[in-house]
Amino acid sequence: MQNQAIQVQGLQKSYKELHVLKGVDFEVEKRCIFALLGSNGAGKTTIIKILTTLLKPDGGAAFVNGFDVVSKDDHVRQSISLTGQFAAVDEILTGRENLIMIARLRHLQDPRQVAQDLLERFGLTDAAGRRVSTYSGGMRRRLDIAMSLVGKPQLIFLDEPTSGLDPEARLEVWKTVKELADRGTTVFLTTQYLEEAEQLADRIAILHEGRIIASGTLAELKKMFPPAKVEYIEKQPSLEEIFLAIIGKKGEK
Amino acid sequence: MNKHFFSDMGVMLGRSMRHIFRSLDTIITVTLMPIAFMLLFVYVFGGAIQTGTNNYVDYLLPGILLMAIASGISYSAYRLFIDVQGGIFERFHSMPIARSAALWGHVLTSLVSNAISVVAIILVALIMGFRSPAGVLAWLTVAGILALFTLALTWIAVIAGLSAKSVDGAGAFSYPLLFLPFISSAFVPTASMPSGVRAFAENQPVTSIVDAMRALLYSQPVGNELWVALAWCLGIMLVAYIFAMRVYKKRI
Repeated sequence: MQNQAIQVQGLQKSYKELHVLKGVDFEVEKRCIFALLGSNGAGKTTIIKILTTLLKPDGGAAFVNGFDVVSKDDHVRQSISLTGQFAAVDEILTGRENLIMIARLRHLQDPRQVAQDLLERFGLTDAAGRRVSTYSGGMRRRLDIAMSLVGKPQLIFLDEPTSGLDPEARLEVWKTVKELADRGTTVFLTTQYLEEAEQLADRIAILHEGRIIASGTLAELKKMFPPAKVEYIEKQPSLEEIFLAIIGKKGEK
Repeated sequence: MNKHFFSDMGVMLGRSMRHIFRSLDTIITVTLMPIAFMLLFVYVFGGAIQTGTNNYVDYLLPGILLMAIASGISYSAYRLFIDVQGGIFERFHSMPIARSAALWGHVLTSLVSNAISVVAIILVALIMGFRSPAGVLAWLTVAGILALFTLALTWIAVIAGLSAKSVDGAGAFSYPLLFLPFISSAFVPTASMPSGVRAFAENQPVTSIVDAMRALLYSQPVGNELWVALAWCLGIMLVAYIFAMRVYKKRI
């Protein structure tokens, strides 16, 4: 059981008449990247809110690092970090002040050093003394993720980490997420981009109409569908490839 | 209660005090505007206002302080609104900290920042000739009334900040509060008002609070006014707190 970072059984949640989650089951192993895929309004954010103790489920059970999210919510909060859908950073403080604030709230020994290390790791040292309101979308997201890493939580939740970012910033975030997993952090992310799940995730679950309709590794999911046909077509570059080639950033950073 | 409650709240206080000192808009509205009003009333209108005191600034100061606090708390609502909308509240609530620290941090900030603007305004009043024979106990009582008044309005601000749908909405509730001192004994004695207005003016909280503070600062007998003023402050605070907590529980 201790190999599971998250266990969810028969999870239900309604908002008034709207039955969002109708019995969701899944498990997430430790030290992997798990992607929850679903369209807008499928209930991805609701699941994240329940798992991060922000919302109480109506039915079913959920365990995070072995702790019940309802009865042991304090223990759950000790071992997780949430990076919400909208960058939860303080616009008026500088990047460094944001990190120090979180380190203080986590009662760490040396908040300044913790902040300095994360600024270096996320390439934000030059911007550290600037107010976050002057940051670009990608920098803001990086700071957001850096703030979630203060105190080295075992499990981090990323709710649509790349929505609203330009392609370049999206690649930056992908790189960050991969590095997290390499260092042994379990990553639970939601996305509506198939490509993102394909690029990042070790395991993928598809949430549709309140239930998980498919889950497994990418290879397993592919097997569930008709085998690939071999066709000869002229490969056209995607607009993203063209964009990245023109601005000359592909492969760098 | 979480053992880190006070240190967590200290971090929250530090954060929002930075917000205030980095916002020119806030400083101008909560300190410079009341001072400008004081200058205007004393040096422009003051000559024509008969209050029965020698020095109009002595008469005016309590009302100006209440106005400063009423404009100050609209920024508490604004800051709270921004936190809830922006998602930083969710971050705080998903962290292993005393959950209520995020909200109480705003309340404490409101007390501290209003205390700063009150002190600044009193200093300017002293330069303008304000003098008080009041002793330490009377001053402490005045400070207590102001703190209670701030807390009462702050909990109203919390309701507004948590339930507003837009930034404008979060601040708009304070306009009626800013208006109350004008229909009270804050600027002119109520005796000169027509009977209907006078009845309202004499029975609304600002008049009793202003009269109590004035009596304390002049070293006159305060009598009943003080208890009426305290009852208003405590009553508003209690009702607003209960409603604010309801909205908070629903929202979070």
